[in-house]
Amino acid sequence: MAQAAIELIGINKSFGAVRANRDINLEIVRGTIHGIVGENGAGKSTLMSILYGFYQADSGEIRVGGQPASIKTPNDAIALGIGMVHQHFMLVDNFSVLENVILGAESDALLKKSIAKARSELERLEREYGLEVDPDAIIEELPVGLQQRVEILKALYRGAEILILDEPTGVLTPAEADHLFRILKQLKEQGKTVVLITHKLREIMAITDTVSVMRQGTMVATRETKKTTVEELAELMVGRRVLLRVEKGEAEAGGVKLAVKNLTVKDSRGVTMVDDVSFDLRAGEIVGIAGVAGNGQSELLEAISGIRHAVSGSVMLDGKPIDLTGKADPGELRDRGLAHVPEDRHHVGLVLAFEENENSILGYHDDPRYLKGPLLDIDAIRNDAKDKITKYDIRPADCRLKTANFSGGNQQKIVLAREMEQDPGVLIVGQPTRGVDVGAIEFIHKRLIAMRDQGKAVLVVSVELDEIRSLSDRILVMFAGRIVGERGPEASEGELGLLMAGVEQREAAE
Amino acid sequence: MSTPYAKLPAWADYGLIPVINLFVAFVVAGFVVLLVGENPFRAAVILVEGAFGRGTGIAFTLFYATTFIFSGLSVAVAAHCGLFNIGGEGQGYIAGLGIGVVCLAFDSVLPWWLTFPLAIIASAAMGALWALIPAYLQAKRGSHIVITTIMFNFIAASVMVYALVGFLKPAISMAPQTRTFLDGAQLPKLNWVIELFGAKIRSAPLNVSFLLALVMAYLVWLLIWRTRLGYEMRTYGHSPKAARYAGISEIRIVIVAMMISGALAGMMALNPTMGDQHNVALDFVSGAGFVGIAVALMGRLHPVGIVLAAILFGMLYQGGAELAFEMPAISRDMIVIIQGLVILFAGALEHMFRPYIQALFASISPKAVGIEAVKGKGA
Repeated sequence: MAQAAIELIGINKSFGAVRANRDINLEIVRGTIHGIVGENGAGKSTLMSILYGFYQADSGEIRVGGQPASIKTPNDAIALGIGMVHQHFMLVDNFSVLENVILGAESDALLKKSIAKARSELERLEREYGLEVDPDAIIEELPVGLQQRVEILKALYRGAEILILDEPTGVLTPAEADHLFRILKQLKEQGKTVVLITHKLREIMAITDTVSVMRQGTMVATRETKKTTVEELAELMVGRRVLLRVEKGEAEAGGVKLAVKNLTVKDSRGVTMVDDVSFDLRAGEIVGIAGVAGNGQSELLEAISGIRHAVSGSVMLDGKPIDLTGKADPGELRDRGLAHVPEDRHHVGLVLAFEENENSILGYHDDPRYLKGPLLDIDAIRNDAKDKITKYDIRPADCRLKTANFSGGNQQKIVLAREMEQDPGVLIVGQPTRGVDVGAIEFIHKRLIAMRDQGKAVLVVSVELDEIRSLSDRILVMFAGRIVGERGPEASEGELGLLMAGVEQREAAE
Repeated sequence: MSTPYAKLPAWADYGLIPVINLFVAFVVAGFVVLLVGENPFRAAVILVEGAFGRGTGIAFTLFYATTFIFSGLSVAVAAHCGLFNIGGEGQGYIAGLGIGVVCLAFDSVLPWWLTFPLAIIASAAMGALWALIPAYLQAKRGSHIVITTIMFNFIAASVMVYALVGFLKPAISMAPQTRTFLDGAQLPKLNWVIELFGAKIRSAPLNVSFLLALVMAYLVWLLIWRTRLGYEMRTYGHSPKAARYAGISEIRIVIVAMMISGALAGMMALNPTMGDQHNVALDFVSGAGFVGIAVALMGRLHPVGIVLAAILFGMLYQGGAELAFEMPAISRDMIVIIQGLVILFAGALEHMFRPYIQALFASISPKAVGIEAVKGKGA
C-alpha cells in the first residue's frame, strides 16, 4: 500500500537568476521516514519552505494525499496536516510547555478552555508516542532535547500527519539523538510520515526508509536506504568521490607547544564553565576536544586565545605564560605564533560587511607587509588575498566581493587561509567545519593534517564526533567544564558518546 | 551602522535611493504647501532659484553647506566606529571658546593665514576634548554615548553662556558676544570664485573654510578606507567581537574615533565665527550639529555623499529663507517642516523604498544584485 503522502511534481523556484529548485519531482510514501540529503545550498531548505508555505513555487504542483494542494502560507500547510520542526526552535523561552503548545492555536480569550484541552491532548500524545514532557515546565529550564520534543508536540497538537524535521540532531548528544530516532520510529508505526533533512549520512542510514539526494537545485537520486551506502550518497551529493575519512600517517609528536594547567573559567554570571582543565599540546599532533555544545569548549578556546578572563590556572605557549586576565593582546599572541580560528566566524572570525580582502588581514593588519607608510597598502592586501583565494580554492574568486556573499564553506576557508598562511606554531580551531559542505570539509581536514605533518601543534574543538575521530591523534572529552577522559583515535563512537553524556563519570563515582 | 541589505549596485545605493527619498520628501512637502493655500510648484521654483538662481544665492548655499560638511563628517566618523555621536552641536559650540580665545589674542598681531591654522587647532582640540569625556565614559564605564553626548550639549551651552557674558565679552558691552575680530582673524571670502563664472554677488559670507571642509572630506575618506586606524574603526563598528579577536583595543578605538569626530565637529565653528560674523556670539551653532546627523545619513556615511547632502541642506536653508520672504503664507516654521520631511525620508526612512527597488533590480538584472554568489556556488 505504497500510498503517497506528498507528491511534488515539476517544482521550480528561482531567486533572480539562481535556480534554487529545478524541476523537482519527489514522492514521499505515507508511513515512512524519508531522508533528504544535500550540501548547503543544494536547495533542500528551499524545497521544504515551498512545502511549508514560506515560499511559492514558480511552477509545479504539490499534491497532498493525492489531492492537488495550494499552500500559500504555513497555515495552509498546517491545515493539510504538515508540521515542521525547525533547526532553530521557535519557542518562547519563558513560557511553559503548555503555553508554547497552544501558542497560535488558542481558542478562547481567557485561555482556560485552550489550556484544559491542550493538557488532555498532551497526555494522549505522551501515551501514544512516548513523548514525555512536563507540561508546566518552563522552556528555558529544559534541556535542548526536550525543547525539541516540545516542537514535535506542537506540530502533532495541530494535527500533523506529515512531520518535516530540519537538521534535528545538530544540537543533540548522541543519546538524545537516539531517543529522537526512537520517537520518530514510533511516529512511523502510528502511520505518520516523517521527512528528515540532514547532512549527516550516518543518521540517514540509521533511520530512514528512503533517501533522496539533492545537488545544485536538482533531485539527483532517490534510493531505498537498505540498498545504498554512505559512500554512494556522499558521491551523489558532491558529484565526485569524497574521502569521508581523511587518510593520515602516524603522528610524530615533538615537544610541548602549549601547556594548559588547572585552568578555570567562569562566565559573566559566575557559573564555572571550565573547571580545572589541564592538558598538553605537542608539536606535530592534533588534539581533538569532543563534547556536546555548551560544555565549556568555547570558553576554553577563548581563554587560551587570550580573549576571556580565566579565574585561575595557567597556559604556557612555548614555555612562556599567556596573560589570562582577559586583557591579553591577541595581536601579541599572534606574533608569538598562536593562530586562532574562532568558532563563530560570522561575528568573531570575520566582518561580514567587509570585502573579502579586508577580512584576509583581520588581526594581521599591523603587519608591515600590508602597510605603506601611514596608509594601508591596498595593492599588497588585494594581491595577498588573491594568492590565498587561489591556494585555498575560495569561490567565487573575487577578493572585492562582500564576505557575506560567500557560502559558509568558503567563509571558513577565508578564515583558515588567513590563519594558516601566517605559519603559526600553534593553531587552535573551533568547529572547523560547522555549516560547511562535504566537499569543503575534506579540503579543510586535509589542510589541518598537512599543518600537523609540518610539525605544528593543532587543537581542534568540534561537536562533530566523526570529525574529532577522523582528525585527532588524541581525543579529550569535555563534559560540564571538565575533561572527563582521554582516548586514542580508535575509541568507539559509543564509548565517546557515553563520556560526552557524562555517564562514565557517574559510574566512576559510584 | 552596517546595512543588512547591501545588494544593490553602488550607483543605485548611493545615487538612486537618496534621489527617490528626496523626491518623495518634496512631494509630501508640496502637499503641506498646498494646505496653506500656496502653489507648491511656484514654491519649488522659488526655493531652487533662491538657492542656485543667482551668485549670491549660490554663495549663501555653499556657506551653509560648509558647516554641514563638518558636522556630517563628524557624525560619519563616529558612525563608522559604531558610535552615534549626537553631541556635534555641543562640540561645535564649545569649539567657539577656543576660536574666541585664539582670535582675540592674535587678531591684532598675526595675519589671517597664521591665525587660521591656530584657530583650526584650537577648535579641533576643544571639540575633541568635549568628545573625550563621553568617549571615556563609554569605553571604560559603558555609559551610553547617546545619553552622555546629549547631556554634554547642554553643558556646552551653559559653559558658553558663562564665557560669553563673562570673560569673552568686552567689559563695556551688553551683548553676550566677543568684540568683532580684527582683520587678522577674518577669513577671506571665496565669492570671487563664483564671480569667475560670471555671476554677480552682492555680499555673501562664503569663505576659505569651505575649502578646508573639502580637504577634511578627502582626509576622512583616506582615514576610513585607507588607513589602519580606519580599518580598525570599521572593524569595531561592524563587530566589536571581531575587533576583540583581532587585537583591537576597544577603549583606544572608541576614544580615538570620538576625538576625531569631536575635532571635526569643532571645526564647524570656524565658518560662522571667523568666516561670517567675525565674533563668537550666543547660539552661533544654531542646530548645525543636529543637521549633521541628517547630512551623514543622507550621504550614506561617505564623504562624497556628505558633501552633496550638505549642499542640499545648504540649499534648503538658503532657498527656504528666500521662500519665507517671497511667500508670506509660508513662514520660517514651514521651512523647518520641509527640512524635517527631508530628514524623515532621507534619514529615518532611508530604507523604506529599498525592498521595492531591490525587487525591481532583481527582476531586471539578477547578477547586479549579487544573488548568484549567495547560493549554490562553489564548495
